[in-house]
Amino acid sequence: MSKGKISRRALLAGTAAAVSAASAKILPAQESGTKDPTKVQGGPAKEVGERSRFEKPKRTYFSPTRQASNTPLQDLEGIITPADLHFERHHAGIPEIDPESYSLLIHGMVERPRMFTLADLKRFPAEAVTRFLECSGNGFRTYRNPEANKEETPQQVEGLTSTSEWIGVPLKTLFKEVGVLPEAKWFLAEAMDAAVMTRSIPVEKGWDDAMIAYGQNGEAIRPEQGYPARLFLPGFEGSSNVKWIRRIELADKPFMTREETSKYTDPLPGGKARQFSFVMDVKSIITYPAYPVTLTEKGFREIKGIAWSGRGKIVRVDISTDGGESWNKATLQEPVISKCHTRFRFAWDFNGAQATLMSRATDETGQTQPTHVELKKLRGPGTSYHYNHIRAWTVRQDGSIVFGENA
Amino acid sequence: MRMVWLATIVAALATAQAETEDDKGTFGFGRTPTEAEIKALDIDVMADGTGLPDGEGTVAKGEELYYQLCASCHGVTGTEGPNDVLVGREPREGFPFATTTGLSRTIGNYWPYATTLYDYTYRAMPFDEPGSLTPDQVYSLVAFLLHKNEIIAEDVIIDKNSLPEVVMPARDRFVHDNRVGGPELR
Repeated sequence: MSKGKISRRALLAGTAAAVSAASAKILPAQESGTKDPTKVQGGPAKEVGERSRFEKPKRTYFSPTRQASNTPLQDLEGIITPADLHFERHHAGIPEIDPESYSLLIHGMVERPRMFTLADLKRFPAEAVTRFLECSGNGFRTYRNPEANKEETPQQVEGLTSTSEWIGVPLKTLFKEVGVLPEAKWFLAEAMDAAVMTRSIPVEKGWDDAMIAYGQNGEAIRPEQGYPARLFLPGFEGSSNVKWIRRIELADKPFMTREETSKYTDPLPGGKARQFSFVMDVKSIITYPAYPVTLTEKGFREIKGIAWSGRGKIVRVDISTDGGESWNKATLQEPVISKCHTRFRFAWDFNGAQATLMSRATDETGQTQPTHVELKKLRGPGTSYHYNHIRAWTVRQDGSIVFGENA
Repeated sequence: MRMVWLATIVAALATAQAETEDDKGTFGFGRTPTEAEIKALDIDVMADGTGLPDGEGTVAKGEELYYQLCASCHGVTGTEGPNDVLVGREPREGFPFATTTGLSRTIGNYWPYATTLYDYTYRAMPFDEPGSLTPDQVYSLVAFLLHKNEIIAEDVIIDKNSLPEVVMPARDRFVHDNRVGGPELR
């Protein structure tokens, strides 16, 4: 189109807008390329559905080697994480495993070593549980240096946690099947990825709520989550939930693998490091309002977020809008499930003054999230894993939001 | 009559039981693996040396293999990266990993067991061809890395007997989890 001329099409569109008062609400849709959906036939059924093209939640990764990705917490509703957005952490990439050739060996301190195919595992009475899974390194960057990471989303701050419905066979059923001997105190879980990843797990967890899971959110487990079968240990740090599990060996002591000595141990002040720190502490994060959202007008906002604990149910979440000076109880959204993401909501009025928003969860054991200062004093600035301190978002007067306690 | 009725119930219960579980409380699914099948998968090595195979390695052979297979990821001296720093004894005093930030956790300053080095290298290394090393090659690489970390002398032969005897500098630095929930933070 040459300058100074108005095209016939543009003129017609302008006239149409002027004529119809009702079109004011339809116009933005027309601009985005959609037609009035009541005036055209919609699309046909599909074998596999997909998200609305206006919704683009994506996992993000920090490292170019892509050994991890974070769940877009700020884009989610309810407690279930869609399987294709579940966070990832793998130590040697995602293996491709043919379910027909898959088998799980259980041996060691047992009466009857057994080899189970996937079909064998599925024959046993199944169970389904809705539980969170979190990497114990979640929150590392903001623990070390919160002021350096102010422009971060909930996904970047805390996205190594997700919730799924997990379906599988209780490990205790398999323990009975092989006749685990009373002298067995630990078991090795071994993956069939290129790291042949291993962790030692206390045998009590196997008799309690451990599971060999093959289903996730209504379908087979995704490859990046351990297809065709993984160990699932409710409330335990992610790395101990060994994916692509091929072998379980019962023994009277832990195996001292690389992932429980060199990695996934937590140095403490006093010259020691905590080992086998499986249980995930009580934790929460506000997912709205949070960076990069800007509150463009004053008034009512519902502060929303998730809380969880590896020890059991969330019993309470408190919200502060003044940087921890005062706290008020948030509403917990049903269902409130043990060792599972729990939604909380809190009514708030943004009056244009700077506000520092914080959430503080308490679980059924009575454990409450510490402040960043308290946790650093207790565990030291150089410790690693299990960062469950209170997170903050600061809303500036102009409505823009940054991570942390300072604008 | 009553006896017959009871017997019927008992028989019915027994049938129901047999459909799911045998007398051991098991289902009988799966199969018994052969010794060879177990042996092929059972590659783990424990801290007391259980699982270590026959074979042996030397520092000299390990040095040759290291430059060939490992240096591109871990650096010529084991300190440059880009992947994990393997070599280094500093800081020698106090194990200050919680109170100081930025310290590399090396084999020499952090790993509590030498056997772990064998287990991990055998199962997962080298990166480009994981699981391709022979026991002799792994013993040699372990010997070289222990020597570079000033833990063994240059002429020590590493095998299934000597490796579990190696006492690592960080051997007594690890404690089991003492967090128990409740209001007290640990």
